[in-house]
Amino acid sequence: MTKLARFIHLIRKKITLERLLAIGTILILFLFWFAVTELKLLSDILVPSPGRVFAAFIQILQEGYKDNSLPTHLKDSMIRLLSSFTLVILTAVPLGLLSGYNSKIRAILYPLVEFYRPLPPLAYYTLLVLWMGIEDSSKTALLYLAGFAPVFIACESGVRKLKQDYIDGAYTLGADSRQIFFHVVFPACLPDIFMGLRTAIGVSYTTLVAAEMVAAVTGIGWMVLDASKFLRSDIIFVGIIIMGITGMLIDAILRLIERKVVPWKGKE
Amino acid sequence: MSIAEKKAAEEKATKDNPEVIISVENVSLAYSAGNSSNVLEDIGLKLHQGEFVCLLGPSGCGKSTLLKIIAGLIPPTKGNAAMDGEVIKGPDWHRGVVFQQPPLYSWLSTRENVRFGLKMRKIPKQEGLKLADEYLHKVGLLEYAAHKPYELSGGMKQRVAIARALVNSPRVLLMDEPFGALDALTREEMVMLLRNIWRETGCTILFITHDVDEALSLGTRVLVMSRNPGQIIREFKTSFTWEFSGENPSRTRYSQNFVEMREKILDLIHKQKLYSTSSLE
Repeated sequence: MTKLARFIHLIRKKITLERLLAIGTILILFLFWFAVTELKLLSDILVPSPGRVFAAFIQILQEGYKDNSLPTHLKDSMIRLLSSFTLVILTAVPLGLLSGYNSKIRAILYPLVEFYRPLPPLAYYTLLVLWMGIEDSSKTALLYLAGFAPVFIACESGVRKLKQDYIDGAYTLGADSRQIFFHVVFPACLPDIFMGLRTAIGVSYTTLVAAEMVAAVTGIGWMVLDASKFLRSDIIFVGIIIMGITGMLIDAILRLIERKVVPWKGKE
Repeated sequence: MSIAEKKAAEEKATKDNPEVIISVENVSLAYSAGNSSNVLEDIGLKLHQGEFVCLLGPSGCGKSTLLKIIAGLIPPTKGNAAMDGEVIKGPDWHRGVVFQQPPLYSWLSTRENVRFGLKMRKIPKQEGLKLADEYLHKVGLLEYAAHKPYELSGGMKQRVAIARALVNSPRVLLMDEPFGALDALTREEMVMLLRNIWRETGCTILFITHDVDEALSLGTRVLVMSRNPGQIIREFKTSFTWEFSGENPSRTRYSQNFVEMREKILDLIHKQKLYSTSSLE
């Protein structure tokens, strides 16, 4: 095979029907958007044209939005999101695993989580602001609470659905209950932990806009809300697209880490 | 080995070496307190040093439950199981267990899976690795030491599980239908491998199966269980395992003695399936 033939073969392998479908859908949506605005079927204020959105993007990229540059907005949002996410990993994972492993710990924690989990975050956010002020700490706390429940529940159910033989086997090999927790339960639940983390990042992200509603002056969520006050739908579009893309990026990174950490997923 | 030698070896195993390792006395087990029907009823059983005891019975007769009681994973409702005279209160590494589905740890390599028990018991790493490789060699998997469990076939996984239990040098090896999920050819191989390991190491084995051929070709003693309630209804002394390791195993399989005993046992089991009565004797 010549080099060219090999190259073409490689390209062919990368082009699957599924990929074409995915790209095609995005293209058609984009064309639809373009056509609707080009034919002026809807008000320009409600649905800005792709060109206007792009222009707005270039504008805030160059001049920033309301005293702060776009990277600053993005960075502030990410700091809030990632600091809360770190807290979630450090607390929800061990607590979730422990309450799956120990019925007494579950008895203490589970009702609390079950109580607050269905609450709309904005309901307790007002309290958080009263207690912790309008600075970043209340926002981080809100995102933390939003992300805690999905990770906790995923870990708890991960442990509970573990095959009993995994644990029994370890006992008959000479492990004690503490060793089993660290050497068997934790690694065996890694796929569930990742599933929980991916859900949590999604939930936290949707809460981000709410968190930035109250007295923030930076953040992508704040930018979108602020723009809506001035009917700047082009900037709202820019903000939404940025949020969508960063959300996908974070999920892709998590999946990449998961593949490295849990190579056995789906192969057992 | 000549027949006389075999007989001598067999008698030596039963007479000169009567050390009882496991003794089960009047063990009964009921799943729910209100339900009067027992899963196991009044089981008595002794395992001697170096024996290979096969526990045979129809599915649902509680043979796995009995194994779990001996392992210490389930407490009996009545009676007790003891090892070396001490009542078994919970699982530990002196009683190694091989499950039907080997619960190997996917995040560990084959070698680390075998070393798992030694690591938990705080055996120094150097020594642990050496022992792990020694036992991997015994089951013929040394070249797969770096593989992950999900890269192995079903038979190989079970061999890892056997090595993992044996590396601890347990007092007794409890095997719960270990070859039940394997195909016929692999099974044949595993039976041979296990027989060789048993003869080499002289370990004591309690082996659960519902396959009469498997039980007869491996065991020095075969216990037949009934269902509803689970009881040991008959005991057979067997010595086919010695002949099987000889030059012509298929001759043993079709020998008069083998076929007769096989039929007797199958009869016992079939009778229960038809009537499912509690007393057959």
